[in-house]
Amino acid sequence: MSATSLSAGEREAAPRRIGRLEPAALAGVMSRDVAIFGRYWKATTFSSIVQPTIYLLAFGLGIEKLVPRIGGLTYVEYVATGVVATAVLFSSAFPGMFNTFIRWQFQRTYDAMLAAPVDVEELITAEVLWISLRAGVYGLAPLLVGLAFGLDPNVGMLLVPLIGFVTGFGFAGFGVTVAAVAKTIDNFNYVTSAVLTPMFLVAGTFFQVSTLPDGVRQVAQVNPLYHCVQLVRDASLGALGTADLAHAAVLLAFALLMWRLAINQLGRRLID
Amino acid sequence: MSLHGVVKRYGSIVAVNGLELDVPYGVCFGLLGPNGAGKSTTMRMLTAQTLADEGQISVLGYELPRESKQSRLEMGVVPQLDNLDVELTCRQILMVFARLYRVPRAERATAVERALAIANLGPRADTIVRDLSGGMRRRLLVGRGLIHQPRLVLLDEPTVGLDPQVRQELWSLIDGLRAQGVTVLMSTHYIEEAERLADTVAVMSDGRIIAQGTPADLVRRHAGEEVLEVYGAPDRLAQVSELASGSGWSSRRSGPAIAILHAETLDGQAPEGVRRPANLEDAFVALTGEDIE
Repeated sequence: MSATSLSAGEREAAPRRIGRLEPAALAGVMSRDVAIFGRYWKATTFSSIVQPTIYLLAFGLGIEKLVPRIGGLTYVEYVATGVVATAVLFSSAFPGMFNTFIRWQFQRTYDAMLAAPVDVEELITAEVLWISLRAGVYGLAPLLVGLAFGLDPNVGMLLVPLIGFVTGFGFAGFGVTVAAVAKTIDNFNYVTSAVLTPMFLVAGTFFQVSTLPDGVRQVAQVNPLYHCVQLVRDASLGALGTADLAHAAVLLAFALLMWRLAINQLGRRLID
Repeated sequence: MSLHGVVKRYGSIVAVNGLELDVPYGVCFGLLGPNGAGKSTTMRMLTAQTLADEGQISVLGYELPRESKQSRLEMGVVPQLDNLDVELTCRQILMVFARLYRVPRAERATAVERALAIANLGPRADTIVRDLSGGMRRRLLVGRGLIHQPRLVLLDEPTVGLDPQVRQELWSLIDGLRAQGVTVLMSTHYIEEAERLADTVAVMSDGRIIAQGTPADLVRRHAGEEVLEVYGAPDRLAQVSELASGSGWSSRRSGPAIAILHAETLDGQAPEGVRRPANLEDAFVALTGEDIE
């Protein structure tokens, strides 16, 4: 703040400086998410447990008879760890898209918040942060179900919430970006069917990417979900190696990129 | 608060066109104008939710948009459109905004209670917003905007679409703010609202201020002391209208009558009619024209 602007203004002595990405602003925005979460946590928790259970039952009972081992792992080991990524994807990309669109366009919640001392960067960062924290926690659900199905506990599983958090941060940012550019909420169908569904199938969740044709394998390499699956699997089964550093780097880069993209795209539409 | 040479364009539409406005501390300032005059765009610019293409804006001594976050900390906003979280209770919403406005932790509960009292929603504190009536929701919006006891309050069409009872209640609330020395900027297209509450009124049309003064001052200048209302059948009214424009009198349609402004200056040539004191509506129509876009 320059001396001239201080003397020119009629402001009171030593106004409190307000900076970028203030913890108080992030906490304020997130306190709203927490209050809303208090209303629907039961439904969220229910589906996060039931969904992997169904996957494990269906694939475990159905396919394990045909394919007893996959990539040297039992099917429970393979699927329980793979489905973590699916859980993270669904609990971050969808809230990123739908919650953002509804709060922005229908409820105008974001308009209300931006009239308070919160800027676009803080608003979107807080929303993405909340979604990804939640995704990190709920990403553990498939592992818990896996443990019930006979998966061996491993100390590396403690890293899974962190991996889920970073991956969820990227996909939440991706969801916010989609919400920002979508004209209507129906446009989300294009993204769900053409981007998210193939992404979750070509990630090594249910079958190995290495069995796929060359071209598809290349695509898997740029799929953040593939890197999430690999990292979760290696961590949970105590098999972390140097390749996992690359997986982690891809996830971090994806998170960073999507975060900035979300702020840029939604910011341009929130402030006209 | 001051705005100088402010311009905002949306494509080929110029919403705000060289706006000049100064609002001194401690007054209740009414921004009056027809729909589409640029009032809401101006209000959004004051919170930097709309960025001006040209011109300078400063609020509470802070330069916008650079220091807008600091100015937003010290002012409260009551929006025209309901943007409450329908899934939360009154108390939860107020608590979230107490945090957003940086009310210290120890004072938050008190601030929430005070806002509930302002909104007269004490017994409804734990009701979900979806279950509140329209008037209650508007009162909650006001309480939310005042949660941090701001020294400047922006009210964008505060009583649009409300019952007369709720409107009266909000008016006394706004009057109470002014009595406490809070600066109030209120946009409205209800003339009565501006006339009753505002110390100073600025009339906005086509994105600029076309007249400014106390309500009484504006009436005197643009409508005179008295208005003569001439009633009659349509062809009689057409005659009167022709007579008025022929004689250079300023006149306007007023429902089933023709109202001739500045009637105190008319001598014997005035047609038969009912004389009444001029009001702000007369001045407003004289200023902004009768045509509706």
